[in-house]
Order: sequence, then structure tokens, then C-alpha cells
Amino acid sequence: MAEQPSTAAWRRSVKLPSERGSSRLVTDELLEQLGQHGWPPDDIFAIHLAAEEALVNAVVHGNRLDPKKTVHVECEVSPEYVRLEVTDEGPGFDPASVPDCTLEERLEAPSGRGVMLMRSFMTRIAYNAKGNSVVLEKRRGDKPAAE
Amino acid sequence: MATQRIDVTKSGDVSVVKFRDRKILDEAAIQELGSELFALVEVDNRKTILLDFEGVEFLSSAALGKLITFDRKVKTSKGRLKMCGIAPGILEVFQVTKLNKVFDIRPDAGEALAAF
Repeated sequence: MAEQPSTAAWRRSVKLPSERGSSRLVTDELLEQLGQHGWPPDDIFAIHLAAEEALVNAVVHGNRLDPKKTVHVECEVSPEYVRLEVTDEGPGFDPASVPDCTLEERLEAPSGRGVMLMRSFMTRIAYNAKGNSVVLEKRRGDKPAAE
Repeated sequence: MATQRIDVTKSGDVSVVKFRDRKILDEAAIQELGSELFALVEVDNRKTILLDFEGVEFLSSAALGKLITFDRKVKTSKGRLKMCGIAPGILEVFQVTKLNKVFDIRPDAGEALAAF
């Protein structure tokens, strides 16, 4: 018999070191919890992608791999709702200043797609005024399943 | 070379590249992957290349950057690059970023090979 999905919300607060590959310290457990809470594979892919982009942005662009700085991550997973808050100790940035990577002249630029992917794959994303903290939210069934 | 990230076979004139990693997201792995892909063009001088993503479940935007640079290197060397076997989630990543307009993407290896 298949295990029943967990209905209790899972919460976790983590401080990540500013080093490459540290995102796994959050994503491994996050993926496990999404599975345990019965999230479908398409949504797990979307949340994993957005989390990875936010964490890499915080470690590499926010904290600039400074070993004296950490990335603070707050996670919440329940059967219908996921929330991640990723805060770095960098100076922040203006997400509106990131050029649209889908413009003809930017299509082949090798970087600058992280924020757009987070926006597309999550229900809602919001930066704080300083631009060093982002909240990612996903509600189950926020878009019709693909064919 | 450190850990090998790709396997390359020949199908006629076409070099068929398969990926060893199911998830392409680790920064170091992406660097190695880029080096191995670029060497196909810059060292081996291969002109017709198919990237077969069968078995790949996940890739991040850092990996997209490498694919874009690789596509450009192939085009610069007057070669031809196609991609196939892309999982639905990754295909959505390509569609959202409109990279499906940059890359020549085919559903499967048979169709891709026939299109060279």
C-alpha cells in the first residue's frame, strides 16, 4: 500500500555557507519533503528549479562566495503550499534591472535567466526593497497540468 | 580529464552525445561538461553533433549558459547541432527562455538524425 502523504507542515531554517554546491544542503531535504507531502513531479521540478536559481544567486551574486557571509533560508512545505525565503548578506540588486533574456538581442546571452525562471515556475515571487531577499511561493494546482 | 560527463558515439557522420548525469546543476560538473562539449568542436573538429538528453531530469540556468556557448561554437565552426530526448520540464525551461528558437530541438534521436 502506498504511504499516505504527510499533511503536517514542515518548516526548516538553515544557514548556508557561501560556497558552490551548498544549495544541496537545502534542496535534498526539500525534495524529500515535497515527495512526502504528495506534490506531483511537475511541481517538484518547478520548485527545485526555482530554489536552485534563488540559492545560487544568493551564494554567487549576493554573497559573492565570501566565506564570512551566509545565506539564510526559511522553508515551509505543506500539501497545498510551498514557501521559500532566501536572504543573502550582499548589497542587493534591482530585479527590474535584469534585461529580458527573451529579447531577440539577448536570446543567446549565456546568463541572466534565473529570475525569469523563478517567476515562470512559481505562483509568486517577491523581492524586498533592498533586493537581497526573495520569497518564492507555490500553490498546488496554480496552472493546468501540461498535456 | 576529471570525471567524464558525456559519452560520445557515432551514427553515420553524426556524433551522438549522451549525458552521464541525471541532474545537471552542480557548478563544477557544469564546468567539466562545458569543457568536454567544447573539446568536441575545438579539439576533435566534429561538425555534426546531436545532444541526446534522454535520462536527463533536471538542468539549471548555469547549464543553459554552457549549451548556448556550445551552440555558438558549433555554428562558428560551420557545424550543425541538434538536440533531442528532452524531458517535458526541461523543454518548458527552453520554451520560457525562448531558447527553443535558438536550438534545433527534435522529439527523439531517430527524427533528429534523419534531419541532419
